[in-house]
Amino acid sequence: MKILVMVKQVPDTEEERRLDLATGCLDRDGSERVADEINERALEVALRYKDGDKKGTEVVALAMGPADAAQALRKALSMGADSAVHVLDDALEGVDIVRTAEVLAAAAKRTGFDLVVAGNESTDGRGGVVPAMVAEHLGLPLLPSLNSVEIDEASVAGEAGVENGSLTVRASLPAVVSVTERAAEARFPSFKGIMTAKRKPLTSLSLSDLGLDAAASASVVLSISERPARTAGRKIHDDGNAGNELAEFLAAGRLI
Amino acid sequence: MANVLALIEISAEGGIANSAPAVIAAAAKLGTPVAVLAARPGEGTRFVARLGEFGAQQVFLVESDRAGAVLAAAQTAALESAARELSPSAVVAANSVESREAAARFAVRCGAGLLADAVDVMVTADGTPATSHSVFGGAYNVQATVPGRLSVITLRQGALEDRAPAATPEVTTVSLDVEAGNAAVIEQVHPTAADSSRPPLRGAAAVVSGGRGLGSKENFVLVEQLADALGAAVGASRAAVDAGYVPQSYQVGQTGVAVSPQLYVALGISGAIQHRAGMQTSKTIVAINKDEDAPIFDVADFGIVGDVFTVVPQLIEALGDRAKNAGALSAQAN
Ligand SMILES: Cc1cc2nc3c(=O)[nH]c(=O)nc-3n(C[C@H](O)[C@H](O)[C@H](O)COP(=O)(O)OP(=O)(O)OC[C@H]3O[C@@H](n4cnc5c(N)ncnc54)[C@H](O)[C@@H]3O)c2cc1C
Repeated sequence: MKILVMVKQVPDTEEERRLDLATGCLDRDGSERVADEINERALEVALRYKDGDKKGTEVVALAMGPADAAQALRKALSMGADSAVHVLDDALEGVDIVRTAEVLAAAAKRTGFDLVVAGNESTDGRGGVVPAMVAEHLGLPLLPSLNSVEIDEASVAGEAGVENGSLTVRASLPAVVSVTERAAEARFPSFKGIMTAKRKPLTSLSLSDLGLDAAASASVVLSISERPARTAGRKIHDDGNAGNELAEFLAAGRLI
Repeated sequence: MANVLALIEISAEGGIANSAPAVIAAAAKLGTPVAVLAARPGEGTRFVARLGEFGAQQVFLVESDRAGAVLAAAQTAALESAARELSPSAVVAANSVESREAAARFAVRCGAGLLADAVDVMVTADGTPATSHSVFGGAYNVQATVPGRLSVITLRQGALEDRAPAATPEVTTVSLDVEAGNAAVIEQVHPTAADSSRPPLRGAAAVVSGGRGLGSKENFVLVEQLADALGAAVGASRAAVDAGYVPQSYQVGQTGVAVSPQLYVALGISGAIQHRAGMQTSKTIVAINKDEDAPIFDVADFGIVGDVFTVVPQLIEALGDRAKNAGALSAQAN
């Protein structure tokens, strides 16, 4: 079984994240960049399957992004992925989701897989459409936003949370799944993992390696504005009457 | 005006999903709203009147026995079929697990542009559909468009307050033989018991959320009691979800629901940046926390440094007294 895990380097949610007001792109100097937490959970899903079938399972981490995306791939290798693929090309700077999905699908096809595991949504853009678009490019089923995942040799199944309930869904392999933060708690890289990660293969692919042209994105940013930061209002210490004062405040603001 | 397709989702319970009025309203802001729906043969017509109330001028009903049996295949085929017939300028779908898959697949299939997680839609001076997006937990507002292509738009649930005027829709029914091939099969449907007494979190006018400070699932009832006293929806921090106090669907924040109510009350929530990312655009924020340095106070309009287990019961009682007095006053006036 070959499992391909999609990873993304994103601005750290622990800090204030910034956009470049002129281009609408991420201000890369303005924010620390880390591997998105959801991808580590996706990787954990793959590694748990590998734990049960060490010899027969290969886990490959795939990222598209600028040079520093290699950090997210190194982290995946240190957690236990066997190899990594980095799609790296200047022509990909600032591309939209349509283009991103096309490139990721081409890289997945070239790398080969039985199962693709992705996060349901990245923290720097909550569209949640890339896994579905990749699946469509590959002509494969998608099990979206799984809260739990079961993988066997021939199929993958799980619980997808949907409007007013959940669905038990299944697809035969090859398939694409996306997982939520309920799916798995990621392991920490071990010391041995960190040491061996340095020797694991990390392949870079350019657009021409993938047989793709350097087409521009179709979507355009029209305008960007920054919301003024919130300021703290009144703060009181409860002296036994704070509940009543809060009721007054809510009434004065016509909030009750 | 150009046709704009509004993808209608049928929920796990078998009714029209809550997202439908806003999806139709967004389509109406961009052109003539056409509700597109995939249903099993004979099962779709019962939704027509309701879609008319939501403002659909036309209902494009695709009948397929694959609807509800496999994920997304029938809905994607329905969009394709409607797009061929009606040459729309845009397609609007909810940013929900099921609708966004159909929208994404449709966009790839017909080479359309995709504008994901919009909070509003508008038409530019030259008539192109455009969207606005709330980025990085509401820190930025970004407007975008895809010139020269069909625009597929996914709409953040609960974000758009507009509603379209009711219409009497014309109905087109098409029977489709959907190629489901190796689609994902729905083996079981588990509807959640409808909690009809409380408003849904997304789009609620008031939200009361509880965090790890509540300490246990039993204690979390306090959050629900205050929510009921205020007619509010119930939310939670990720730590409260992780601790099992409430289901994941209650989570507010970066990886949960993003809310923007008139009133947001945070009880026993520290206000981590990832929590604030889902609530800091609320109109009025109230926080109760016993740690005076909790970061939630940086965004609170009214903050109480205190214990939720003493402040909240007093608040609920004060709200009850006010309601009684108001009742007595209006009884007197009558
Ligand atoms: C990628 C990523 C995504 C995340 N997404 C989310 C998200 O969507 N939503 C989210 O909420 N978090 C999210 N988090 C987690 C976030 O970082 C915090 O861990 C979480 O919000 C903390 O929840 P909390 O405030 O309930 O708990 P804590 O931080 O433990 O705070 C509990 C608070 O309760 C107070 N308290 C305790 N007892 C009482 C009492 N009796 N009365 C009054 N106050 C009391 C304490 O003073 C404390 O401030 C995310 C983290 C990451 C890394």
